[in-house]
Parts: sequence; structure tokens; C-alpha cells
Amino acid sequence: MYPEDQLIPISALQHWLYCPRQCALIHLEQAWSENRFTAEGRAMHARAHEGPDESRAGVRITRGLPVRSLRLGISGQCDVVEFHTGGRILPVEYKRGKPKSHRADEVQLCAQALCLEEMQGTAIPGGCLYYGERRRRTEVNFDAELRDLVASTVQAVHACFAGGITPLAEYEARRCDACSLIGICQPQSLRFRRGAAAWFDQRLRASLLSSGDLP
Amino acid sequence: MKRHLNTLFVTLEGAYLRKDGAAVEIRHEGETKLRVPLHNLEGIACFGWDIGASAALMAACSEAGVAFSFHNPHGKFLAATRGFTSGNILLRREQYRRADDEACAVAIAANMLAAKLANSRQVLMRTARDHGGSSPARATALGQAADSLAVRAGLLGRATTLDSLRGIEGDAAATYFGVFPHLLVNHDPGVFITGRSRRPPLDPVNALLSFLYSLLMHDCRSALEGCGLDPQCGFLHRDRPGRPSLALDLMEEFRAFLSDRVALTLINRRQITAGDFRREESGAVLLKEDSRKEVLVAWQERKQVEITHPFLDEKVTIGLLPHLQARLLARHLRGDLDAYPAFLAK
Repeated sequence: MYPEDQLIPISALQHWLYCPRQCALIHLEQAWSENRFTAEGRAMHARAHEGPDESRAGVRITRGLPVRSLRLGISGQCDVVEFHTGGRILPVEYKRGKPKSHRADEVQLCAQALCLEEMQGTAIPGGCLYYGERRRRTEVNFDAELRDLVASTVQAVHACFAGGITPLAEYEARRCDACSLIGICQPQSLRFRRGAAAWFDQRLRASLLSSGDLP
Repeated sequence: MKRHLNTLFVTLEGAYLRKDGAAVEIRHEGETKLRVPLHNLEGIACFGWDIGASAALMAACSEAGVAFSFHNPHGKFLAATRGFTSGNILLRREQYRRADDEACAVAIAANMLAAKLANSRQVLMRTARDHGGSSPARATALGQAADSLAVRAGLLGRATTLDSLRGIEGDAAATYFGVFPHLLVNHDPGVFITGRSRRPPLDPVNALLSFLYSLLMHDCRSALEGCGLDPQCGFLHRDRPGRPSLALDLMEEFRAFLSDRVALTLINRRQITAGDFRREESGAVLLKEDSRKEVLVAWQERKQVEITHPFLDEKVTIGLLPHLQARLLARHLRGDLDAYPAFLAK
């Protein structure tokens, strides 16, 4: 069981699966930088959390519900949770884009469900991801494999935060060029990772021999 | 990526700055003088004793990462706003640990100073190349000083204490300012330099340099704050309450390349002449208020120039250099880089 002040945000799991360094930059180093994607995502979540809870026939809908699991050591907020009469609980997470090849969105949703299971004492077999670009829900089944993936991701993030060490960057064009933190991360600079000292000495010698071609 | 944006300089005594929606509004004697969207700015620097700002504006600037600082009319830093976003404690703790460990501090400070000497040397060599032909005496003096800076830059790498670094740097500064008169070509004879004087500047060139260094200080300080580093905890410059020692450290790489070159351009093109300065009874020399605007324009123009960053190998504006170097310093402190790659202009 984790004490409350050691809970990590559920959003960190998704960052970790996208890129462990991004996760550490945001949560350990408190770095943040917006680009179009993050701004749109933030606006969409704000909308998803807006508005009062509603009740329709057979279902009560809550928005922005805070949840936590002391067993896993995570906490966060659910965009939308539907409580159906008869006891069915259905978490729904809103995403700006479309379904992705990696499982970050499913892990985030399942982590919310695990929190709800612990707090409500009931089983939650599945939830839904709502993708803004295609404007429809995708059902997610919380099977053993996904639950294991959540648990192992949670463990990895806890270990990283406890150690306080930001993983090194591995530049990968498709992932890095879309990341709003690329300017802070400077992944390309790490081609000199173990060679900044050598680079500097070599460049200094060259400068001390050259003759005034300043930009 | 942090983009290079404009800094808003306010020199109008009696001005009051307030937040107007997502913009900053400058009021003066009941009139609106200017309105600028905050997202177009990376800094607001006020130069005057009677300039005020609303709490709402200062808070919005902190939130948006816009550096907001107050200076006296001659550019001396007085105060800056600061918000609750206090950055990264792990980084700052590592910064303090390294600053307390002399070997670590020497390794960082030696690179900063080596870059300072190399960049100063480039400024001397450039004038020797462009203007040495007409004056063999100038060419000789600049060449000898450049050689001496090169030798001292080599010594820095072997120094093991901060005191020995400071000794080498002191000698190098004396050499550099000793030949500074040779960098003044085509200038108004009323604009001269007799050694380095700061508190107060005792000649026109020192007055101009002091003003330009205070602009550089504003940029270095906000670059460090923007990366979560503590501008007061330096490696070369030791702690003294109120002194932004790390900002002074970071400035070293840029003094010659940024500030000195703007000063030399303004003087050598006669955009600044003897008439732009005022001599006080104490002998202190100050830049006149209207002339400061000319300097600010030249400063902003210099910051727009694009270069290729030597280490990152990316096209960047000169104005972004303090931010990029502050990030590289943070990366070194956090263990991503095995050394701090200080900025080498060439």
C-alpha cells in the first residue's frame, strides 16, 4: 500500500509509454511546453470536465471524477464515468486524435478503472475511449494482459520517480518531432552524450587557431 | 521549442503597465500609449525610477514565462517578478551540490571562461583582419593580445582551483581591455575608453558597455529561471546575497560576442557619438535617455540575427543563445552530458 503523498498521476503512465524521458521531464523536472496538440487536448479535456452531472434513464453521468488506488499508488481524474442502475460502472476517456498504435490510451483508461474498482469494491470489465477525430466510442476490454501492462508501467514510473533520474533521450523522428518538449529535451544534442567534453576541447582548439570569421 | 520573441523595453518615466485581457497595456498620464499581446513577448524590462505595473500583469507574466524586470534608468538591475512556478527542485539541488564541489565547479567555470576568452579573441582577430592593414601598430597590438588570450585559454583547462581560474581570467580581461581602444575605428574621438570602469563608468565606452551588459544580464537571468536553475548560485562567481552569480557566469560566454560587438558597431558607425553622453560632477559618464533607445534598437536587431548553433547544429537566433546554453547547462547538471559545452562563436 502506498501512502497518499506518494501517488503518481495517472497521466504519467501515458507519458511513460510514449517516452520515458518525456514522462520524467514533465513530472520530475516540471518542464512543460505547449504545442498545437497539447493545447487542443487540454481544451478538449476542459470541455469534457465541464457541465454538471446528469441523470438519464437508468444512468448517472459524472464528469471530472477524482480517483486513486493506494494498492497501485496512482491517482487522477476520470473525464466521464457512467454509473448504470444495476451496478455497471463505465469509465469514458476523451482523446483529441484517433486510436494509436501504442497502448497508452488503454492503459490510462484501465488505470482509472482499477482505481474505481478499489474505491467502489466492484469489478469493472471494460470502458470506452472517445476519439475526437472520428467522433465515436471505442470499447476497451480490461483483460488480464492490459491489467498486467498497467501494473508493470506503474512500477516502472514509481522506480523512475524514486530514483529521480531522467532517462536519456533516444532520438526517433516520428515520435520526437511530434513532441512539444523537443526543445527542452534536445534529443539530438545527445549524439554527443559521452562526448561533450571532447567536442568542446576540439572546438576550442579550432577557435583559438582561426582568425575572426564571426557571424 | 522556446521561440525568440521580442522584449518590450519601457523607458517612459511615469508609465504604468497593466494587464488588459491577454495583452499588456502601457498607460501614461491617463492615455493608452501601447497595447501588446503577451504571447508576442518573452520579456518586459522597465528602465526608470517611476514606472509601475499591476499585480495582475506581473502574475500573468510569471504564468506565461515572460521575464519582467525593473532597472534603474541606466540599466542597473533592481528587481524582477517571480511566480509560484518554482521549477525543478532536483535540478536546483544538483546545482547546489556541484557548486559546493570545487572540482565540479572548476570544470564548468573553466569551459565558460575558455569560451569567453576564445570569443573575445575572435573579436580582436576580426578587427585586426578588417582594419589592421591600414595600421600596422593596431595589427600588432591586436595580434599580440589575441595570442595572449589563446595561451591563457589553454591554461584554463589545466587549472584545478577557482582562484587560479579567476587569476587567469583577470589577466585576460586586462589584456583585452588594454587593446580595446584599437577596436574603435572611424569613431568620434569624444567616444573613448581608458581601462575598464564600472561603478560608475568613467568614460563613454564604459557607460555604453555597462548598459549593454545589463541587457545581457536580463536575458541570462531569465534564461536560467526559465530552465529552473537558480540564478543566484554560481560556479565561478561565489554566493553573495542579492547577486545573480550564475547569470554572471553565463554572461561570460556572450559579453564579447553580443554586447561588445553591438557597442563597437554603434561607435564605429557613428550611430553613437560624444553628444550621446552626459558627464556628472563626480566624473561618472552616463548614456543620455534618448540615446538609450538607439542602443535598445541595435540590441534587438542583433538578437534577430540567425546563426548555426555550434553544438546543437541547428539554426537559431542569437537572442535564443542564453536560453539554449542554460538548457545545456541543466542537461550537464542532470547527467545527460559529460561536460558543459559553452558557446564558442567560431
